Amino acid sequence: MILLLGSDDLIEMQDVWKTYPNGAHALQGISVKIDRNEFVYVVGPSGAGKSTFMKLMYREETPTKGQISVNGFNLGKLKQRKIPLLRRNIGVIFQDFRLLPKLTAYDNVAFAMEVIETPRKLMKKRVMEVLDLVGLQSKAGRYPEQMSGGEQQRIAIARAIVNNPAVIIADEPTGNLDPETSYGIMQLLDEINFRGTTIIMATHNRDIVNSMRRRVLAIEDGMIVRDQIRGEYGYEF
Amino acid sequence: MNFNTFLRHLREGFRSVFRNGWMSIASITSIIVSLFILGVFILLVLNVNQLADQADSEVEINVFLELNVDQSLRQELQQEISAMTEVSTVTFVPKAQGLKELRDRLGEGGESFLQGYAQDNNPLPDALRIQVIEPTTVPFVAQKIEALNTEHPEKPILKVRYGGDTVQTLFKVTALIRNIGLILVAALGLMAMFLIANTIRVTILARRREISIMKLVGATNQFIRWPFFIEGALLGGIGSLVTIGILFIGYQQLVAASVRSFGIASVITLIPLQQIWPLLGSLLLGLGVLIGIWGSTLSIRRFLKV
Repeated sequence: MILLLGSDDLIEMQDVWKTYPNGAHALQGISVKIDRNEFVYVVGPSGAGKSTFMKLMYREETPTKGQISVNGFNLGKLKQRKIPLLRRNIGVIFQDFRLLPKLTAYDNVAFAMEVIETPRKLMKKRVMEVLDLVGLQSKAGRYPEQMSGGEQQRIAIARAIVNNPAVIIADEPTGNLDPETSYGIMQLLDEINFRGTTIIMATHNRDIVNSMRRRVLAIEDGMIVRDQIRGEYGYEF
Repeated sequence: MNFNTFLRHLREGFRSVFRNGWMSIASITSIIVSLFILGVFILLVLNVNQLADQADSEVEINVFLELNVDQSLRQELQQEISAMTEVSTVTFVPKAQGLKELRDRLGEGGESFLQGYAQDNNPLPDALRIQVIEPTTVPFVAQKIEALNTEHPEKPILKVRYGGDTVQTLFKVTALIRNIGLILVAALGLMAMFLIANTIRVTILARRREISIMKLVGATNQFIRWPFFIEGALLGGIGSLVTIGILFIGYQQLVAASVRSFGIASVITLIPLQQIWPLLGSLLLGLGVLIGIWGSTLSIRRFLKV
C-alpha cells in the first residue's frame, strides 16, 4: 500500500509536470526533495506555478506526469478513499484563513479533531493546548468575525497543527496581514518548525524571506530556477 | 464509527435543519405537498376499490318465473343453472319473501306505495337468485339462462334481469380510476423526489466551503455524508408526520360527515380510518424518510469529488 520512493525524505518529486485542461502548463519538470524538519520558502511571480506546486502535495491536484511521495504515501497510486489518510499528515494554511464562520474559535480547531474521530476527553485537552500555543486561549469562545485577521490566521494555524501533522503547507499565510501581524505569524510558524514540523510556505513577502534566511525554492514558468539553503528573496537569474 | 461520532452526526443533522431555517421549511413544505397529494390519491384508490368490491359482490342475476311454474319444473331449472361452471349459488326466492325484501328496501317511503298488497294478492312472481363466481361473466350467464327458456316447452322464465349496462359501466370506471390513480401516484412520487433533491442541493451549495474544509483536514466521505443523511431523513420525517396529521384528521372528519349525512347503511361507505392508518401511516413516513435520504445522497455525491 505504502511505497517509499526515497530514503528519509518527507517529500520527493521526480520530474513532475502539470498541464491544466485549458492547456496551461503550470509545472514543467519539477524535481525536488524536502527533508523532515526543514523550513522551505517557495517564491516566484504570480502564475509561476507556486500554488499548483503546493496543491500537488496535499493531492488537491494530480500531476500530468511524474512521481510524488509525501510522508510515505505514493500519490500517483493513492486511491480516492485513501486521500483523507494522506491529509491527516498535512496541515494546510491559506491566505484567506478558511475558518467556518458559524463556529467559535474553539469549535473551528476541534472540528479538525472531530473529523478524525478523536475521543472527546483527549480533544478538549489538545484544543486548549494548541490555542495556548498560538496565544488565543482567552478567545476560544469568539467567532471568526469577532477577531482580527491575525487572530483568525492563528486559529487557522492551530487547526492545522492540532492533529500533529508531519508537514504544514502554507500558501501565502501573511498575504492579507500587515507587516507587524505577519511578523507574529512568522514567529509562530518558526516555533512550530522548531518543535519538529516541516513547513513549506509560498510567499511574496521579501522582508520575511530575507530576515529568516531559510531554504528558498524559486519557481518561474513552472520550473525551479533556484534552490538555495540559506536563500534570499528573488527569482530572477 | 464510534458512538460519540454518531452523536456528533445526529447533532449536526438536527442543528443544520434549524440553521437553514427557511430552506428547511421549503423542503418540508415540498414533502408535505407531494405526500399529501399522494395520500389523497391512495385514500381515493382504496375507497374506489372498496366500492368496486361492494358493487362486485352485489352483482346478481334475478330470474323471474311464470306464475304457472310448479315445484318440479322449478327444481329442474335450478339444477340446470347450478350446473353452469360460472355459477356459484342459486337461491329460490318465493314471492312472499320477494315482497318482504321489497318492503325493506323501499323503507318508510315505500309503505304507501305497497299498501294493500299482502300474501293473497302479492303481485310479484317467484324468482331464482343467481350469484356468479366472476362478476364480469354476468351478461354471458344471463344469456345462457335466457336460452334455457327455449329448451322447455312451458317457457317457464318470465324475465331475466341483472345490473346490465350500469354494472358494466361501473366496472369500466373503477378499472380506469385504479389505473389513473396508480400512474398519478407514481408520477407524483417521482416529482416529490426531484423537488427534495433540488432543495437539498441548494442547501449543500451553501455549505460547499464547509465541505471543502472538512476534506482538507482529512474527513472521509462517509464522515461528510452522515449529517446530510440525517438532515434529509429529518426533513422527510417531519414532512411526512405533518402530512399524516393533516390527512388523517381531515379523513376522519370526512368519514364522520359522510356517516352524518348518509347514515351508516348508506350505499357509499368510506373505509374507517382505524382500518387503514397503520399501513398508510407507515407507508407515508417510510416514503418521506426515504425521499429525504435519497435527495441528500443525490445532491452530495458530486460535491465529494474534491
